Amino acid sequence: MSRLAILTAPLILILTGCQGNSDPDLDQTGERPELPEQNDALVPAMEIPTPQGWGDDLPTVPEGYTISAIAKDLKIPRQVLVLPNGDILVAEGSGGNAPKLRPKDIIARWIKQRGKSSVEGGDRITLLRDRDGDGQTDLQTTFIEGLDAPYGLAFVDNTLYVANQDNLVSFPYTEGAIRITEPGRELTKLPAKINHHWTKAMTASPDGSKLYVGIGSNSNVGERGMDVEEDRAVIWEIDRETGASRIFASGLRNPTALAFDPWNERLWAVVNERDELGPQLVPDYLTSVREGGFYGWPYSYYGGNVDPRIKPARPDLVRQAIVPDYALGSHVAALGVDFASDGGLGGQFSVGAFVGQHGSWNRADPSGYKVVFVPFTGGRPRGEPVDLVTGFLKDGHARGRPVGVTYDAERRVLLVADDVSNTVWRIAPKVASRGSPTTQAR
Amino acid sequence: MDRTVNSSRSFAHPLHAILLAFPVALYPAALLTDITYLNTAQIQWTNFSSWLIAGADLFAGLVVAWALIGLFSGRARHSQGRGILYLIVVAVMFILGVVNAFQHARDGWHSVGTVGLVLSILCTLLAFGAAFIANGNTYSVEDRT
Repeated sequence: MSRLAILTAPLILILTGCQGNSDPDLDQTGERPELPEQNDALVPAMEIPTPQGWGDDLPTVPEGYTISAIAKDLKIPRQVLVLPNGDILVAEGSGGNAPKLRPKDIIARWIKQRGKSSVEGGDRITLLRDRDGDGQTDLQTTFIEGLDAPYGLAFVDNTLYVANQDNLVSFPYTEGAIRITEPGRELTKLPAKINHHWTKAMTASPDGSKLYVGIGSNSNVGERGMDVEEDRAVIWEIDRETGASRIFASGLRNPTALAFDPWNERLWAVVNERDELGPQLVPDYLTSVREGGFYGWPYSYYGGNVDPRIKPARPDLVRQAIVPDYALGSHVAALGVDFASDGGLGGQFSVGAFVGQHGSWNRADPSGYKVVFVPFTGGRPRGEPVDLVTGFLKDGHARGRPVGVTYDAERRVLLVADDVSNTVWRIAPKVASRGSPTTQAR
Repeated sequence: MDRTVNSSRSFAHPLHAILLAFPVALYPAALLTDITYLNTAQIQWTNFSSWLIAGADLFAGLVVAWALIGLFSGRARHSQGRGILYLIVVAVMFILGVVNAFQHARDGWHSVGTVGLVLSILCTLLAFGAAFIANGNTYSVEDRT
């Protein structure tokens, strides 16, 4: 038996000792992230903080700000839209129907499931109304139901646009409506085969003529074959009148949220990069999206860093790959972005972008699980991100996971959807002057 | 009683031999699909390898358990030297097979590579070796009265 032990000991070492730990000195945020060597371990590092309730606690916000829950008991809230009259719409649902191609797919699904809420997706949109402007919800009601994993929301010209996981539908809206029962009109189908990454993020161009939809890849790095990646890992531009679509930009592995900046009116996306190259590869990013641009997936990342897992290689495409503008950190899973305009939330949170980070699974030291603010100067991201909402992780459990972030410029509040505690959080600056009409809003 | 019995028995019980037949068939099949993947870069071939290896590992695990128990009871106790050799062969085959399953869980081109190919070759050779040990004759008994 000792012979057996001698034979197997090195194998056990290979099994357990492969995945390197994170190097905390590595700066993986900002304009020039430090990228370590690739480390495609035999057993990828994994850590899944399992859900746990908030109790009487609240997420942590900096001094001078308040946070409160304005909606609870939702069914997997993802993205939030504020209507002109101040009503808040919340898209709720869970999509994806990727078949299990390998034994790994079954195991990976089971592992990731442990970090999620047990509630079934609502496939609906909920409306929240604050009648008296005190920051509390007075009416929480189902606005539209019977949708299919709705995610992206846009409002143009008294029409609500909803990006389901398989199509884009429009609903005529009359001001003050609290329910829409007639079925929506399908503007266009969206790529939905497999839907490994099913979220269809959406935003409208500032002039309202175009809609932009983020369509994630059908794999981590092409391991389902490139045939199923047609029209994936792209951002579509869709004509709002005709529904005609074209690829606006490509090579964006999973563009999970889109927004136009208020300064130069350029399209920006947060993108989730690939897994299983190590705990510190590849950083997710925030980038302005160039028309016709190619951002590397699956052949390379951050410009010319070739990913050897995809064959045949495409050096011709790698040469064109654009380096994204701003790294958010590896595996943070950015799922929400919105810009602060007109002074934002004040203080450090005046000019820049809010980013919701759902949190990691593919590293032993969890990353993300917070909402950060990326400061902008001259229309470009500059400097380190600043934590705005934290405290989602406690004692190895996830009390919540941020998804969509929406800045309501009129009321100067940030709304954050949380798909583990099934809550919408409202973050606002504390009112300094006493006696002003909004003080009672607390 | 006046008779002579010549009994010659194989080392493995027939049921045990059936269990061992799976690794003997599936590891070499995975080796072939690995080679095909390396030649074509068609992703479905590495998917086949993953399932073939997973199936082989499952039965290899049962074979190891049987071999271990067999050291103390059953036919192998009559030839402990061979039993220990057999256990080592199937145990190493099983462990390499499990490592190979993790190797094939990597994405894309990394799912096979040199490591995956070498592991598939080793598992194939060990499976054949185990079959020779298990199905060869262990002992013959002559009873004369």
